[in-house]
Amino acid sequence: MEQPLTQHIKKDGSVLSLKEYEAVGGYQGLKKALKMTPKEVMQMVKDSNLRGRGGAGFPTGMKWSFVPMDDHAPHPKYIVANGDEMEPGTFKDRVLVEGNPHQLIEGMIISAYAIQADISYIFLRWAYHEAAKRVEVAIHEAYQAGYLGERIAGSDFHLEMHLHTSVGRYMCGEETALLNALEGKRANPRSKPPFPQVSGLFGKPTIVNNVETFNNIPHIIDKGTEWYQALSKSPDGGGTKLYGVSGHVKKPAIWELPLGVSLRELIEEHAGGMMDGYKFRAALPGGASTDFLTEEHLDVAMDFTNVMKAGSRMGTGTVIVLDDKTCPVGMVLNLEKFFAQESCGWCTPCREGLPWTAKILDAIENGRGMMNQLDILSFETVYMAPGNTFCALAPGAMEPLQSALKYFREDFERHIKEHKCPWD
Amino acid sequence: MPLGLIMAKIFVDNIEYEVPDGKNLLEVCLSLGFNLTYFCWHPAMHSVGACRQCGVINFKDENDKRGRLVMSCMQAATNGTRISIEDPRARAFRAGNIEALMLNHPHDCPVCDEGGECHLQDMTVMSGHNYRRNTFKKRTHYNQYLGPFINHEMNRCIQCYRCVRFYNDYAGGKDLAVFAAHDDVYFGRQEEGVLENEFSGNLVEVCPTGVFTDKVLRKHYTRKWDLTSAPSVCHQCSLGCNILTSERYGGIRRILTRYNGDVNGYFICDRGRFGYEYTNSDQRIKQPSKNTDNSSQPLSTEDALHDVKDSIFSKKNIIGIGSPRASLESNFMLKELVGENNFYGGIPKRESDLVHRVISILHQGKVKTPSLKEVESYDAILILGEDVTNTAPMLALAVRQAAKNQPREKAYALRIPQWDDAAVRESVQGQTGPVYLLTTHHTKLDEIATKAEYAAPDDIAITGFEIVQQITRLSQSANGDESSQSFTASVARDLLKAKKPLIISGTSLYNTAIIQAAANIAYSLKDNGKDAGLVYAVPEVNSMGMSMLEQKNLDDAIGRAKEGGVDAVIIAENDLYFRVDRDIANDFLKNCHHVLVLENLQNETTTKADYILPAGTFAESTGTVVNNEGRAQRFYQVYKPSNEMRSSWDWLNEIRNSISGVHAENFDAVVDEMIKKYPELAKVKSVAPDANFRKGTQKIPRETARYSGRTAMLANINVSEPKPPVDKDSPLSFTMEGYQGVPPSPDVPFFWSPGWNSVQSINRYQTEVGGALHGGNPGVRLLEPSNENKSGYFNQSTEKFSRREGEWLVIPFYHIYGSDELSVKGPALAERIPPVYIAMNGKDLEKGNLKDGDHIEITFNQNKLSISVKSENTLPEGIAGLPKGFKETTGIEFPFWGRIRKV
Ligand SMILES: Cc1cc2nc3c(=O)[nH]c(=O)nc-3n(C[C@H](O)[C@H](O)[C@H](O)COP(=O)(O)O)c2cc1C
Ligand code: SF4
Ligand code: SF4
Ligand code: SF4
Ligand code: FES
Repeated sequence: MEQPLTQHIKKDGSVLSLKEYEAVGGYQGLKKALKMTPKEVMQMVKDSNLRGRGGAGFPTGMKWSFVPMDDHAPHPKYIVANGDEMEPGTFKDRVLVEGNPHQLIEGMIISAYAIQADISYIFLRWAYHEAAKRVEVAIHEAYQAGYLGERIAGSDFHLEMHLHTSVGRYMCGEETALLNALEGKRANPRSKPPFPQVSGLFGKPTIVNNVETFNNIPHIIDKGTEWYQALSKSPDGGGTKLYGVSGHVKKPAIWELPLGVSLRELIEEHAGGMMDGYKFRAALPGGASTDFLTEEHLDVAMDFTNVMKAGSRMGTGTVIVLDDKTCPVGMVLNLEKFFAQESCGWCTPCREGLPWTAKILDAIENGRGMMNQLDILSFETVYMAPGNTFCALAPGAMEPLQSALKYFREDFERHIKEHKCPWD
Repeated sequence: MPLGLIMAKIFVDNIEYEVPDGKNLLEVCLSLGFNLTYFCWHPAMHSVGACRQCGVINFKDENDKRGRLVMSCMQAATNGTRISIEDPRARAFRAGNIEALMLNHPHDCPVCDEGGECHLQDMTVMSGHNYRRNTFKKRTHYNQYLGPFINHEMNRCIQCYRCVRFYNDYAGGKDLAVFAAHDDVYFGRQEEGVLENEFSGNLVEVCPTGVFTDKVLRKHYTRKWDLTSAPSVCHQCSLGCNILTSERYGGIRRILTRYNGDVNGYFICDRGRFGYEYTNSDQRIKQPSKNTDNSSQPLSTEDALHDVKDSIFSKKNIIGIGSPRASLESNFMLKELVGENNFYGGIPKRESDLVHRVISILHQGKVKTPSLKEVESYDAILILGEDVTNTAPMLALAVRQAAKNQPREKAYALRIPQWDDAAVRESVQGQTGPVYLLTTHHTKLDEIATKAEYAAPDDIAITGFEIVQQITRLSQSANGDESSQSFTASVARDLLKAKKPLIISGTSLYNTAIIQAAANIAYSLKDNGKDAGLVYAVPEVNSMGMSMLEQKNLDDAIGRAKEGGVDAVIIAENDLYFRVDRDIANDFLKNCHHVLVLENLQNETTTKADYILPAGTFAESTGTVVNNEGRAQRFYQVYKPSNEMRSSWDWLNEIRNSISGVHAENFDAVVDEMIKKYPELAKVKSVAPDANFRKGTQKIPRETARYSGRTAMLANINVSEPKPPVDKDSPLSFTMEGYQGVPPSPDVPFFWSPGWNSVQSINRYQTEVGGALHGGNPGVRLLEPSNENKSGYFNQSTEKFSRREGEWLVIPFYHIYGSDELSVKGPALAERIPPVYIAMNGKDLEKGNLKDGDHIEITFNQNKLSISVKSENTLPEGIAGLPKGFKETTGIEFPFWGRIRKV
């Protein structure tokens, strides 16, 4: 099984230096790309069927194609790597950035070439101190080696790269809020259209992609689209995917696997099954802002289409497992508290609705709940449906809640009737 | 393609409407008269999609039965747009949104200043939400002290973000922001303190809740529905912003913006909003009186008229001194009373000449002066010598909007709709189009200027004439001085590149050459095919109107009196000590022998009067004033005072009656007389409907239908309800009964519509949101340019400024709070007046061995002034700046040469 993204990451946790990266074929993709036209690079990425790894699965090549490319296109254009990764249960980008920062940098340079960007930023989660140090060193090395700056690798292409460490808000991961944060403004999202490809950072054409998305790019260019497509088990998109499992499983971790492995394979094989004494009850398949899936969904292939069909989203592909010894109400409360706190405060449903939701869940969990509050919770899930709020944070926050109300209604009612948490 | 030209068919709840294609959907719905709720959208600041209160169901086509919820403020109305406002899902969503907004709202309407005029109350009722399901504690905030104008009560905030959008994005403020996140967001200053922006008072109207409220109103609070209000015109500068002035119990309680789509739009400045307190001052003159050096004897109106006839009109040479702060009608009646040859305008020659020059340029020149609102449509601006933020504040706000035009074109080219405010701003990145300033020293608009240069007044004029030469050069040779980076070359280039270049200047530096240079620049742009505009700020509310009636000025009167040609003088609403040096005023009044003064407030002139008659301020008078644009506008008496205060023209009419038996029946009769005599003022007749105008048989009430306490208000004095006073001068009544619909636009005393109790009801008075009021915007322009350009180009006759050894040319510095005669007499505004100072270039200070804060003595003519110095390094050396109109500087005639000595 091929693992192009992670195969060179060292087991001892130390970082791959530029020399080491080059020794295993690093920057070959870039050199090839620079010999192609930007249009050809973009076409290859389109043909590879790479879909964004930031959660929404938007086809990457298509996203790039909206950037104005004519002679009158505004400049500077920007390219931004989204490494905010504040989604609870998600830690895949960290593995990539800490283990092999040059792979990200190379992916960004190639992408920048494809859209003819001038300036690039790596936007990193505030808490990733080690990753930040390593990226800093890697950017420096890349400049020294002529992969960044003027006349990259002997070509006419030039690119600046900067590291930006975030202040630590979940909202900063939403791509337009990220751009505002980069501009030094409040991390409120922007309405779309206009899309960042047209009016992004500082009002200029901008591409934001997830860290993992960029990590795929050098391999696509280096080894070709056919090879890349074949990595995937799913017709849904090319490549491998970093999957993770957390919760009371035997071996919580991250693995690079063909796109489209089943949830069962992830939990039972790779994570080693449930810890002794714990039974599987449900799982959030793609981070905190996805709907619960239950036993009946275990054989669902973890790709964008199939998880959607099962009533959830693949999101970031990092599974959080709920077991029979953990209170589902408590789990949802924990998540909603997080979302309420991370609301940017821009739109009413999220700003006001999430704290209310969290307060109600807190009351229920602590035995102070009332039956009519279940109606309020159901109302909130409709009130904060996609489109009703300004950005996807609140609808995402409603996903675990609406599915919990569907699958665990009895547990909610028991809390209220018994005036306590049955798991206490 | 400009919006609004092509029509689109849209369907609202299955009914078809024709609307301008591409317009904002919420705006369109409001223009069509729908009751659709909203908070964050504002007609002048457009959409950001934050509050989510305007949700409607949008259907793809007639086959789409499900549709999806969208925010109407974030959609364009285009052909085939199908929405439902009434869909139960949309209704439930909007009610749910109110429920969410109310979770933390204190529900303190009974003690909230906003209550009864609150957009949140209105929207709550409109949404149908009423039952509270929340059982948890509310979050609370600390409130801040924000200065004398604005009260802060953050707990009432519904986080619509309008305040910061207005204050920062629209008005250029820097000291109000949003802090924190999630349900803890806080709108305030970084620390407590005075809100600095000149337009902060608009927060009172922009904020849909009781967070930002009028602190001056709070000092004498009354419920909004209990106010008696009249359409009025701000008297605090020459722009003539439209206002609503409101009274209860014989005192003015507050001022609100009166929307005028041609003048001030939705906003006014803080001087205009909070500068009315002088009307309630204990210095008000309320009773006629007879005065000697050491006694004052109150008179009844009858006795006063009798005495005035006997002791003033028995004299032979009686002259009248008019005033730029008195109405056209008052100036006219005075002129009638004393005769054409004996009427003198109330300002010194220098100022008079300037205003006459402005009038002749606007009338005989070939360039149009735009309305205040139209200023916002120009795409390149040059300001010559005027500190507009302080001399004509709302003009500065208009310039700030105009400065956004050029960069915004780029956003529109990306197909970002004009109403998508956040996206437009993101694309524009705070850039401003060409705005050039040529002033004597640093002014606030410098912050948006492409380039600001500083020069002595004469040098400003000279540079102005050079710009004309540059324009000619550039336009004659295709590759003229294209590369020159000089100020004049850049200005000329950018003015020529613009579609609509605008030149702004004014009278504030008392420099005719500057005014002429500004005209020449505008003429040359026009000659180069540009749709150029020319705006002058003039000193006072009716400077233009008075000058239209004035043939002789105050200096002429002073000269005549000195030669013994005056036996008595009648002064209407004019403190001569504000106009000329003390000694001159003293001598003049002595030389006039007998003095009759009609005045609002006690001042130095009234202390010298033999007879004083209580003249109403704008609040107790009806009249017409002409603003800097030449727009004649009507203001109406707000209430009938219980004392003898009345319009000056009314007094003068009574005096005329008592001496000659000629009596104008009412205000309209005065106007008729006036236009008969001065046909050039004929249009004044059509400024507003006359007094016998009726809607059906009904007058227009000054009180809302919700007015309360009418029978009880005066019951402590007399239990039987008094008959409401009659207003013979206007179609307005002093009661709550009368026509309840939308009155003619000049006669709107308040904005109210069923379900819309806040100022947002303005939507219902407009032909379309943000457009003209029903029946056209109020005001009639008296001056239009002539096609022949009778005045021609002016010759340059100015010499370069050269400094004098040991002397300084002292020029006036203006302050929005401090330089206006009457507004400074109110306590709230007075708090904002800076301490007096004299500004000089740091190098001059060094040479004189002076540092900031040192005391100096300045001597000029026969006067001495002791004052502390302040360095202002943008001011050219050899020039000093002294605040105009301050207590310490009142009556000083600028500019003057003075000697400065350290003390
Ligand atoms: C509240 C919120 C948080 C998000 N956080 C992240 C994040 O941490 N990292 C990320 O890559 N995408 C995040 N996203 C998704 C981004 O908005 C965006 O879709 C993504 O960066 C696009 O990259 P891709 O096309 O490569 O998937 C978040 C979205 C939302 C609504
Ligand atoms: S849903 Fe609204 S409040 Fe929540 S994060 Fe997005 S924009 Fe901010
Ligand atoms: S203070 Fe007023 S204007 Fe500002 S956000 Fe709150 S409710 Fe809106
Ligand atoms: S700009 Fe002038 S007219 Fe307008 S409100 Fe201010 S002081 Fe009054
Ligand atoms: S008015 Fe439309 S979202 Fe606020």
